[in-house]
Amino acid sequence: MYVAVKGGERAIENAHAWLAEERRGNTDIAELSIAQIREQLSLAVNRVMAEGSLYDPDLAALAIKQARGDLIEAIFLIRAYRTTLPRFGASEPIDTGIMACDRRISATFKDLPGGQVLGPTFDYTHRLLDFKLAADGEVPKAPSRDAETGTVPHVTEFLNREGLIEEAPYDDAPPPDLTREPLEMPSTRALRLQALTRADEGFTLGLAYSTQRGYGRNHAFVGELRIGSVPVEIDIPELGFPVEIGEVILTECETVNQFTGSKTEPPQFTRGYGLVFGQTERKAISMALVDRALRWEELGEDNVGAPAQDAEFVLYHADNIQATGFLEHIKLPHYVDFQSELELVRKLRREAGAQQLQEAAE
Amino acid sequence: MQANTLSGGFADPATQSAYAFRSVMEAMARPGTIQDIEGAAPPAPLSPAMGAVLLTLCDTETPVYLAGDMDCEAARAWLAFHTGAPFVGPAHCMFAVGTWDALTPLAVYPIGTSEYPDRSATLIVACSELAAGTTLTGPGIKDQATLSLPEVEAFQANRTLFPLGLDFIFTCGERLAALPRSTEVSRSSSEAIAQAGAS
Amino acid sequence: MTEYNFAYLDEQTKRMIRRAILKGLAIPGYQVPFASREMPMPYGWGTGGVQVSAAVLTPSDTFKVIDQGADDTTNAVSIRTFFQRTAGVATTTATSDATVIQTRHRIPEEPLHEGQILVYQVPIPEPLRFLEPRESETRKMHSLEEYGLMHVKLYEDIIRHGHIATSYAYPVKVEGRYVMDPSPIPKFDNPKLRDMAAIQLFGAGREQRIYALPPYTQVVSLDFEDHPFEASKADHPCGMCGATDSYLDELIIDDIGGRMFVCSDTDYCEVRQAAGHKGKDAA
Repeated sequence: MYVAVKGGERAIENAHAWLAEERRGNTDIAELSIAQIREQLSLAVNRVMAEGSLYDPDLAALAIKQARGDLIEAIFLIRAYRTTLPRFGASEPIDTGIMACDRRISATFKDLPGGQVLGPTFDYTHRLLDFKLAADGEVPKAPSRDAETGTVPHVTEFLNREGLIEEAPYDDAPPPDLTREPLEMPSTRALRLQALTRADEGFTLGLAYSTQRGYGRNHAFVGELRIGSVPVEIDIPELGFPVEIGEVILTECETVNQFTGSKTEPPQFTRGYGLVFGQTERKAISMALVDRALRWEELGEDNVGAPAQDAEFVLYHADNIQATGFLEHIKLPHYVDFQSELELVRKLRREAGAQQLQEAAE
Repeated sequence: MQANTLSGGFADPATQSAYAFRSVMEAMARPGTIQDIEGAAPPAPLSPAMGAVLLTLCDTETPVYLAGDMDCEAARAWLAFHTGAPFVGPAHCMFAVGTWDALTPLAVYPIGTSEYPDRSATLIVACSELAAGTTLTGPGIKDQATLSLPEVEAFQANRTLFPLGLDFIFTCGERLAALPRSTEVSRSSSEAIAQAGAS
Repeated sequence: MTEYNFAYLDEQTKRMIRRAILKGLAIPGYQVPFASREMPMPYGWGTGGVQVSAAVLTPSDTFKVIDQGADDTTNAVSIRTFFQRTAGVATTTATSDATVIQTRHRIPEEPLHEGQILVYQVPIPEPLRFLEPRESETRKMHSLEEYGLMHVKLYEDIIRHGHIATSYAYPVKVEGRYVMDPSPIPKFDNPKLRDMAAIQLFGAGREQRIYALPPYTQVVSLDFEDHPFEASKADHPCGMCGATDSYLDELIIDDIGGRMFVCSDTDYCEVRQAAGHKGKDAA
C-alpha cells in the first residue's frame, strides 16, 4: 500500500529551525555583532551595499550575518527589503570632484594636482597569511596627517582641456530606473551603467578580463581611481535649495581608452566609467572596462562578437539575484514535466524498436 | 483647496482598490458584463465609478487626459491630490476621461506600436446608462454578449487595428463595463453569428 | 505582519501590475512588459505568479496554491503561507472552493468556473526564446507575426523522431494572433486552456512579463495537418482513485522496478477517493 508523503509545512519549519542553529554555530563561541561585521568585514559590507543597491552599512552587516556570510544571499535580503521602501525623493547628482579622497591614484600620470594617494589598499601587501591575526587582531595606529581639503580635479579634465579625450557632455535628462521600469533593448548608457553598478562582481570581472584578453579589446588605462566620501544633497521644494542629508563612500574609476579618429575628427582618447558604492575598486575598474566595451556602436567600432560588446547579453545576465534564482529553481520539483518527457522518450524508443524489428524481418 | 478635494478617496486604499480592481478586471475580461464598483466619492462631474477606476489605476506614472467638462478645477484638484497623475493632452495620455462626445474622435489617442501594443490609451467613458444593447463577440465572451454602446462604427474601426487599439471602460454611477480592443461589435445578433462563423 | 502592506506589495507596484494585467486581457497572448519587483523569494520560484496574485487578491478571496498539481509540495506550501501571512486570506486545497489558484506546471483536472482566476508561474514567457535568444529579435517576430521558425522547429522534430518532441510548455496560438508559451504545463493540459470559464493570468517575474487569457478564448496548440496535436499521458489508471482521465505521476516504489501511477492533482484524487473510487494500489 502506498501512502502519499505529506507534511511539507512541518518540513519547511524544521529546515528553518535547523538553518538558524547552523547559522549560530557552536554556542561556546561568542556571537558576532552587527557592529563587528560592519567594522571588520567592511569590504563584504560594501559589496552587499553595491549589489544590493542600498547604502546602509548596518543593514548590509545584518544581511551578511543572517546569510551566514553568503554574500549573494545577503544581497538578496537587501534587495527584497529595498523594494518595499517608499521613495521620498531623488537626490541631486553627486559631485565626485569634491570627494574627500581616502585613495586616489592615476596610472596615466606620474604626478598630478591632488597627488597620488595610496590609501588603505591591499595592492602592495605581500599575500602572506598573517598568523598574528589568528592570535590577536590589535594593530598599531597608522600614521596620519591632515586631510586635503578642496576639490580634487579629475585626470580626464586635464586631457579634455587639450581636446585629447572625447567630451562627456553634461546631460540633465532624468536617468531611467531599472528597478521601476522593465529592461528594454536597445539600452541607453545611463541604463547600462545602472545595471553594471549593481551587477555581480564576478560576472563583471570576468567580462572585463575578457576584453583585456582580446574579446572586444579597448586598451584601458586607469586614468584615475578614487575612493572617498561624497555629500548627498536633496532638493526640498519648500525650501527652494538643496540640503545635505548625508555622505556616501564611493569608488569611481575613469579609464582612458583606445583612441578613435576619422578624416574629419583628429584622434581622441575615449572613456570608460565605473562608479560603485563603498570601497569596491575591483568592481569599479571592471565596470569601466565593460562600459567602454559596450560603447562600440556609438564610437563607430566594429562589433567583433565579443560577449562584453553585447549589451543584451550583458544586461540580461549580470544580475546575480536573477541568475541565482533561476539557476537554483531547477532543484524545485519538475516531476510533472519530467513525466511527460519520460512518456515521450518511451514512445519514441518503442517505435524505433518496432521499426528496427520490421527492417530486420524484411 | 476645497474640502471635497481632500475627501472622497479610498478610506482603506489597499483593500478598497483591491476590490475595485477586481471589478475592473472582471469587466475587461468579460466584455458586456456590468460590475459594481464602490468606495470613491469624487466631486462632479466625475462619477463614483470613474473616481474608483482612477484611484485604482492612476498615479504619478500615468498621464491623464480630462476631456470636455471633465477638465475642470474640481476634477483636476481631486485627481492631483489623490493620484498625483500628470495632466496631458489626448496624444500623450495613458487614460482619458470624459463623455463619449467629448472624447471623440478617437484618432488622437495612442494605440500602441506593433512591438508594444500595450502602450495605448484606455478611455474611461461617462455614460448615462449601462444596459444590454449592441451584440458583442470575442475573447472573454461565451457565445455572445450585449452592451449599450454610444455608437458602433468607432468600435468596429478600433477592432480592425488589433492587436493595436484602444480599450474602453464605461462608467455610470457606481457601475462599470468594459470593451477591450479584441471585441467584435455588431449591430445585430445575426450579424454577430455571421461574424463568428467567418472567423 | 503589520509592517507590510496588504498582500505585501506597495500600492504603486500593485497599480503598475494591475495596469499590465488589464492590457494583457485586452491583447490575449501578448506579453506585457512590467517592472517586476524583487520579491522575498528567489526569481524562478514563482515571483511572477506571486506578484500577479498579490495584485488581484482581495481579503474575501479563498486562495489555493499548487505545484506539480499538488497542494503539499514545499514551494506551494511556502507561497500559500506567504499570502496567509501578508494578506490574511482564507486558503483551501479544494479546487472548487478557491477563487484564486496559483499554479506551477499544472491546470487542475476539475473544470474551473466563472468567478475563478488561475495564476500561472512562468519561468520563460517567450515561446520563441529557445529558437532565438535575443529579446530584440523575438519582439520583432511577434510584431510581424513571423512564426515560421517555430513551425520549422516542430517539423524538424517530426523528421527526426516521427513526432513533435515537445511534451511540456507546448506552444499555442491565441485567437489566431500571438504564439504563446502556456508555461511548463504538460501538453496533456493544453486543451484546458481553450474556452476556460476562469480568467487565466501568467506572471514571469525575472523576465518581467505578464500575459493573459480572458475566459472563453480560442487557444490552439500548434500542429500540422498530418501530425495533429495529441494530449498524452501515462497509459494507466490512477493507482489510488482509479481515474483514467487525469494526468499521472510515476512513482518508483521499490528497487526492483516496481512503479505506480497516481494523480498529479492531489485534490482531484482525494475528492474521488472520498467519493468511494478506488484504484488497484489503494488500501
